[in-house]
Amino acid sequence: MTVIAKASPQIRALRRAADTEAAALPPLLLAAEKLARTVQMGVHGKRSSGVGEEFWQYRPVHAGDEARFIDWRRSGRSDQQFVREREWQLAQTVHLWVDDAASMTYTGEQGGKRARPTKSERARLLALALAVLSVRGGERVGLTGQLAAPRPGKGQILMLAQLLSAAGSVDEYGVPETSAVRAQSKVVMISDFFGDLDRLQESLRRLAQRGVTGVMLQVLDPLEEDFPFDGRTVFESMAGSLQFETRSAGDLRDQYRARLAERRERLLRMAQAAHWQFSTHHTGSSAQAALLWLHQALRSQVAGRGR
Amino acid sequence: MWMLGPIGFTTPWLLLGLLALPLLYVILRAVPPAPVRRRFPGVALLLGLHDRDAEAARTPWWLLALRMLALAAAIIGFSGPVLNPVTVGATGSGPLLIVTDGSWASARDWSRRIDRIGRALDEAAAAGRPVAMISLADPPPEAPPFGAATALRETLPGLKPAPWEPGADIDPALILPEGSYETLWLSDGLERDARPDFLSALEEHGTVNVWQSAAPIWALGAARIEDGVVNVPVFSAVALASTVEVIAMGLDPAGIERELARTEVAMDARTQAIASFDLPPELRNRVTRFEVAGLRSAGAVSLTDDAVKRRKVALISAGVSREGLELLDPSHFLREALDPTADLIEGTLEDVLLANPDVVILADVAEVPPAGALQDWVEDGGLLLRFAGPRLAMTDTDLDPLLPVKLRAGGRSIGGTMSWGEPRQLAAFPAGSPFEGLEVSPDVTVSAQVMAEPSPELAERTIAQLADGTPLVTRARFGDGTVVLVHVTANAEWSTLPLSILFPKMLERLAVSTRPTRPDVAELEGTTWVPQRVIDGFGRLTTAEAAAGVAGEDLAMGHPSADLPPGVYADDDRSVALNALAADRVLAPAQWPNWISVEGVEQPQQTPLKGALLALSLLALMVDIVASLALSGRLRGPRAASAMMVALAMIAMPQLSKAQEAMAQDRAIAAAGNVVLAHILTGDPQVDQIAQAGLTGLTNTLTRRTTVEPSPPLAIDLERDDLALFTLIYWPVTANQSAPSPAAYAKLNRYLRGGGMILFDTRDADVANFGGATPAGQRLQALAAPLDIPPLAPISNDHVLTRTFYLLQSFPGRYDQPIWVEAPLPDAEQAEGMPFRNLNDGVTPVVIGGNDWAGAWAVDNNGIAMFPVGRGLSGERQREMALRFGVNLVMHVLTGNYKSDQVHVPALLERLGQ
Repeated sequence: MTVIAKASPQIRALRRAADTEAAALPPLLLAAEKLARTVQMGVHGKRSSGVGEEFWQYRPVHAGDEARFIDWRRSGRSDQQFVREREWQLAQTVHLWVDDAASMTYTGEQGGKRARPTKSERARLLALALAVLSVRGGERVGLTGQLAAPRPGKGQILMLAQLLSAAGSVDEYGVPETSAVRAQSKVVMISDFFGDLDRLQESLRRLAQRGVTGVMLQVLDPLEEDFPFDGRTVFESMAGSLQFETRSAGDLRDQYRARLAERRERLLRMAQAAHWQFSTHHTGSSAQAALLWLHQALRSQVAGRGR
Repeated sequence: MWMLGPIGFTTPWLLLGLLALPLLYVILRAVPPAPVRRRFPGVALLLGLHDRDAEAARTPWWLLALRMLALAAAIIGFSGPVLNPVTVGATGSGPLLIVTDGSWASARDWSRRIDRIGRALDEAAAAGRPVAMISLADPPPEAPPFGAATALRETLPGLKPAPWEPGADIDPALILPEGSYETLWLSDGLERDARPDFLSALEEHGTVNVWQSAAPIWALGAARIEDGVVNVPVFSAVALASTVEVIAMGLDPAGIERELARTEVAMDARTQAIASFDLPPELRNRVTRFEVAGLRSAGAVSLTDDAVKRRKVALISAGVSREGLELLDPSHFLREALDPTADLIEGTLEDVLLANPDVVILADVAEVPPAGALQDWVEDGGLLLRFAGPRLAMTDTDLDPLLPVKLRAGGRSIGGTMSWGEPRQLAAFPAGSPFEGLEVSPDVTVSAQVMAEPSPELAERTIAQLADGTPLVTRARFGDGTVVLVHVTANAEWSTLPLSILFPKMLERLAVSTRPTRPDVAELEGTTWVPQRVIDGFGRLTTAEAAAGVAGEDLAMGHPSADLPPGVYADDDRSVALNALAADRVLAPAQWPNWISVEGVEQPQQTPLKGALLALSLLALMVDIVASLALSGRLRGPRAASAMMVALAMIAMPQLSKAQEAMAQDRAIAAAGNVVLAHILTGDPQVDQIAQAGLTGLTNTLTRRTTVEPSPPLAIDLERDDLALFTLIYWPVTANQSAPSPAAYAKLNRYLRGGGMILFDTRDADVANFGGATPAGQRLQALAAPLDIPPLAPISNDHVLTRTFYLLQSFPGRYDQPIWVEAPLPDAEQAEGMPFRNLNDGVTPVVIGGNDWAGAWAVDNNGIAMFPVGRGLSGERQREMALRFGVNLVMHVLTGNYKSDQVHVPALLERLGQ
């Protein structure tokens, strides 16, 4: 009691600030951990000797093995010398990119009993949950940008949670930032992909050149999928820079859907060309299915590359 | 008023507003509906798309048409359009005289007549014309002055048709005002002799317009019995090929007026037809009136009197008749006299009394059982008519209770003391005798008779005597009934009375037989008749209170008037009906000279269209709201849902009411499926809530402690629920409770007779002190008066209610006062060595008390008692006793007198520790 009471003002101010900061973290982190708990993580050993921590096998010494590799305790029990091999455990590097543009802050049902989270909220939740899963699997997780280089461990999760809880940008539509992506790593892109597809394609091409593969998850609100509007309407983009007026929104429904399907088709083709995986998730459905898909897609790529 | 075809406009200049419609078209067309602003990220995908329909830039044509329709309807509506406006009569000037026939024949369309008069008055008021009004059925004593139309307008609702027709003796000079004026005559459509004279008298003062309804006029004549069938003549003014339905109305056994029979008469283009009712005598005697179905008019009502009521007469004569000597049979002349006018029953005394006759005639029967069914029957109001004869004369009649006077005892015989040298004649009937006014015929002679013992009351009991002062007919009240003794035989052995015309007339005066036809003037001369019930112009029966009597000869004429309203008149035991349709009246349609304009016959009703048009306008605007919302894309999500709900609710309204009816069925199933306690709704929400809670408490207790597991209690709607489904009804009495309807009382009585029980609770702890002292007690007396309740007594110590489940000594609720149940039979006696009397066999139909049982039983939703009883532990003990009383009561209802069976006595004695 007295110690706390006598603590210097600076320390108290720091503690208050820390509390304020921490207050922003737990909701997203808790939700992400809760979500991550629904996916059982298995250690993906490579089932062959290599660099790792787990014991794999003993083998007789071949010519060329350095003497320091010999396991003397095992060799002392027989006349042969053995080398202790460890299982090859691969720590993957995963880069996350969560679109934080204004278009992601949209939700079709605001408030009320059937309120839906914004696309951005859902995307951040999925990203962080995936990060939790990956860290639990011993992998290094970071962002594609310069802010958080991939690192293993729980501390990284807190770091990511803080970064993901930050406010978004004011851009209308997001473009992936790939400046900090390491070669041979994984990239997870979560966005609505309403931005310029040519720039996206350029990014993918550059990443593919560096041996980077990954997954793309398109997060959409059901209203964006269905376009259930009628009558005379002025549509505005979320940041307000774009406007479109129609006298009969209902008449545009088919054309809108056709354009959306066309865009999705192009995204799919781009992904396949770069050996990426692509899927669409709606904020109206559960996040768990999307997380499971993300996890599986990522794991299959990890396993595939291991061969 | 400006006319456009059949439609007139009261304010036609407003129609100029229609010229503005094209302008509106231009304005509305230029202004499209306001857009919705919507944030939407997918706008990137929309850029570059084009609207398919260029027309959408402006308001769609159909929405435009809808709005213009709404506006046009509003403009036309406010300009006051009227379909078929009535303009007749608006042209005249100067004073206006309104003449109405005002008879029963105009009652059928009375409201239209009032409308027509009201219209004429309105127009006269608008034109500033003075108006006077004369009703011919109720003529004013002198010519009415002309006055303001508005003053007459106020008296209009009080105008009623008279149940008679205008008299023939109206002097036009006396009642018509001086000067020249226009006349509007509202004729009832019947031709009368006095009409042409009156019309010419009116025409001397000015033009005459006649308004006459085209509705056919039906009337019923007096009902008569012919060959055992009741015939009601149906008259029509115009020969029509239609059918008329005639109903016989009367009291049912429960005393409620209802339709007893119905028949259809085909008029077949005749003006007269007969409606025949073949009814059993029981039903026929109940008929109080015949009426034409669906017609409200005094003329369409035919009241019944003695002529339709045939009495049931039981005829009993001594011994078997001597074969072949029919004329000597004592009952032969009686049979001949009564057969046309009464229903005769013959048989043994025991058998005929079962048929509940009105009159029993004993012709020379001496052996009357001293205490028996016949005596009870007379005491209950029967009329016993006895004739003397050899057997009666031979018997010692001291022990015969059913004789009005003591007969001279001893061995009298014909030819002894009873014979005279010369037969005696009848004296004139004394004043006060029922035979008063009958003419004594000199042909009637008496040669033998039985003699009465002189006594103080002999003179008073004698209603007919011989010239020498000896009684011929004596009469005495006996309980509620009457015994009449005719001192001669019913055959012609002792006198020529049975051969005389006087004999049936005397029987009629004694109300033994009934008149076959209407009494004529001579017959009714000098009598005074008092109206019992009269009918008004619409044919409704009302009781005539404090009405003056009328002279018999006026009644016999059969012409109803203001002094002689149609109705049922009574004198002593006889009744005569006077119908609104005068006797021998022949109905004929009124004939008017062709220079008189007759309106109203095919006049179409004038219909203001303003309301309909404004409603149309409003409806169009409503549709416009929905259409505008839909057009601008605002009709989405919850809004669309609520709009659909409103539309569905409108469509589903009728189904909802059906659902309510089905509720009653649900209740019936709930009540019939299990034992259910029920309480009457008092209208006081708090009392009703306590009653419900109390019965819930009792239900819980029963379920816990006994094998009776009732369903949750119900509140009874006396008017709608079938009481037969309920076991026990709790009736809390409040001081200002409204009484149930007669039909509900009939239901309650049926329920009580069927073994149901009602627990009355005045909740004031006072009724045991002989009630009436508190408001609730007084209300209870008023409420329970129409109920069929046996004599009551304070509950005795050995009543079965003390031991149906628990052994109880008191029956407390929140108070502890004695309660009242059905009184035990007076002859119930306590047997030797038995603790209980062998008491009444049934279940007491009512239990009355003021202990506020519901208050003691009441529990809330958690099963906790709602109200305190007494103080502390003794109070809780009292509540327990109250619950035990409730259990005993329900057991008593369900098991009846099971516990009063003496078989249980040993077990009960053991438990009582005796």
